[in-house]
Amino acid sequence: MGNILTVENVCKTYGNFTALNNVSISVPKGSVFGLLGPNGAGKTSLIRIINQITLPDSGTILLDGEVLQPHHVHQIGYLPEERGLYKSMKVGEQALYLAQLKGLSEAEAKKKLKYWFEKFGISDWWNKKIQELSKGMAQKVQFIVTVLHSPKLLIFDEPFSGFDPINANLIKDEILQLRDEGASIIFSTHRMESVEELCDYIALIDKSNKIIDGKLHEIKQQFKTNEFEVGLISNSKENLLSEISSHFTISTNKEISIDNELRLVIGLKDNETSKDLIQYLNDKAQINHFTEIIPSANDIFLKAVANNG
Amino acid sequence: MGKLKLIIKREFFAKVKNKSFIIMTILSPLLMVGLFSLIVFLNQKNSEEVRTIAYVDDSQLLDSVFINTSSTKYVNLTALGIDEARNEAEKSYYGLLYIPKIDSLNTISTGISFYSEDTPSLSLLGDIENKLEKKIRDLKIEQLNFDVAKIKATETNVDIVTENFSGEKSSKIGSVLRMIAGGGFGYLIFMFIIIYGTSVMRSVIEEKTSRIIEVIISSVKPFQLMLGKILGNALAGILQFIIWMISAGLLLFVVTLIFGPEATNTSNTMGQMNPEVVQQMQQSSVTDLQVALAELKNLPILTMFFSFIFYFLGGYLIYSSIYAAIGAAVDSETDTQQFMMPVLMPLMIAIYVGFSVIENPHGPIALGFSLFPLTSPIVMLMRIPFGVPWWQIAVSMALLLVTFVGIVWFAAKIYRVGILMYGKKPSYKELYKWLKY
Repeated sequence: MGNILTVENVCKTYGNFTALNNVSISVPKGSVFGLLGPNGAGKTSLIRIINQITLPDSGTILLDGEVLQPHHVHQIGYLPEERGLYKSMKVGEQALYLAQLKGLSEAEAKKKLKYWFEKFGISDWWNKKIQELSKGMAQKVQFIVTVLHSPKLLIFDEPFSGFDPINANLIKDEILQLRDEGASIIFSTHRMESVEELCDYIALIDKSNKIIDGKLHEIKQQFKTNEFEVGLISNSKENLLSEISSHFTISTNKEISIDNELRLVIGLKDNETSKDLIQYLNDKAQINHFTEIIPSANDIFLKAVANNG
Repeated sequence: MGKLKLIIKREFFAKVKNKSFIIMTILSPLLMVGLFSLIVFLNQKNSEEVRTIAYVDDSQLLDSVFINTSSTKYVNLTALGIDEARNEAEKSYYGLLYIPKIDSLNTISTGISFYSEDTPSLSLLGDIENKLEKKIRDLKIEQLNFDVAKIKATETNVDIVTENFSGEKSSKIGSVLRMIAGGGFGYLIFMFIIIYGTSVMRSVIEEKTSRIIEVIISSVKPFQLMLGKILGNALAGILQFIIWMISAGLLLFVVTLIFGPEATNTSNTMGQMNPEVVQQMQQSSVTDLQVALAELKNLPILTMFFSFIFYFLGGYLIYSSIYAAIGAAVDSETDTQQFMMPVLMPLMIAIYVGFSVIENPHGPIALGFSLFPLTSPIVMLMRIPFGVPWWQIAVSMALLLVTFVGIVWFAAKIYRVGILMYGKKPSYKELYKWLKY
């Protein structure tokens, strides 16, 4: 498949401030790539460099194998975090203008806009001014403008802000559909649950450095702590608890009184396997719940940033 | 290039479709013509008002002075005596002029008084004084047994004809024409820069506050956007000026049709004047008109036209890119104050210097400021009608071009960084840092 975007050793400084320090990422074609990081980590700087809004001090960027050049802006769709539209311009005129700036001819742009406006059920907004629309409505127009020219690479910076849950879902489905149609997507957000839902790959940037990148599930494997959550049913819970704790490390325990269940999170040492644990527990009590604890994107984020600090 | 055209088109229509632009475009000529008509109308009303002045001439010498004109009528109340005449005048006349009985012509000048309800205008008093002085002078000449005709013959009217060394005639009228032409062009540039420079700045601030800027510059270069904005606004401005010129011209034409005959007719007043004087006046006004026409032909019109275009473009581009940079550096219009002063300063200086340039178009001040690029578009244009050596124009234009490139480079840098900066108002030190980003 190859990569739609390759960023190699990019550095960017503003005066004495280093925004990006030797950052490299690769975005595979047809994937949703989560670009994560705390505020001020350098995400926006990187995104602006990819969009050729600013130039890197050093490093190279390849789009679909070619060194990034001005004409590539037509192949990128960018929804910035700081976004808006001309308030006193009509929706249709404005969308046409922005589409033409992305290299579409007027006729093409009209045709595509018609398609998208119908899809979103907003055809009657064409002659309205942006200032007459609500924030969510304006965001829909903004989304359409971003994807209209069918770019190979889409960059969304906090795409769900300003949307109610229904419309956020609508946008999420659209993003996934665009991916299925062959677009690659870079997705920058603080909302970790949407990362879980959408991203195939992630990169985490903190304090100008990339600290993690790769497939989301592989990273999760790296970050798992060999902990298991078990649910046991036993008549003598105290005995069971003390017996288990003499063999394994119990990080949390809680009693569920209704069905006499004992819920424990048990950590295994490197030389122990889940098989050992199941066998041991099976002898002592009835197991009605056994699951490996996989860290969430949120956990990974917090942990990685804390370690980097 | 295609994108620049798109941007120019959008900026142009955004400006032209704006309500305040439409209102200003339509209303300004109406206001101008309305004001003009009002002045003409009031002037007419003023001159229609006829004042009747009563006089008591106890000297019995000056009666022949009081000839009615279109604006002043005289009534002789000498027969009533001063006390009764005062009562009479208070009731029914504008004022009363009293000339006491005198023993000799030498003392007459001191005793004359004027009574009126309100203070008479200086011009009215001056007018009466002039008439009296002239009459008394004639009387004295007679008394001294001089030949009046001979003395009249000594009077000459000196009119100096000025000519430059290459033999071209010029005149005071020519100087006035030059002042009007130069001053007008300079002032036009000044107004245009301020109005449309500010408009560029507002447009930049609007893009920043509406947060559309990042969407746009992910499609086009910031410099393209800035240039498109500047050019689009300039086109809108030129359109507005053309509409103003045409509609003001049309309206003035209509107004002259309505008010014309009275507004321009002076024969009324002339009818009551000495026919000799009238003839002389007519003659002189004819020659003045001829001189003015000749002078108009003498003006370096081609140079003026091309240099107007050049300085207009240069000046507007320099200042509007500074305005664009200011707009990019701040978050709202209220923050622009501290940066506006240094921009307005050279413009104001240029206009002030312009006034003295008109007095002395070739002095060192005129030369200096017509070479200095931030003032040259205004000052040089004011000088050109008076004739400027070609090398000065060349140096001034070269300096303007170099500065233009420098300032646009500098403004584009600030603009590029500034449009993506939100939050606090930058200091000059920070702006300097931006140049190095």
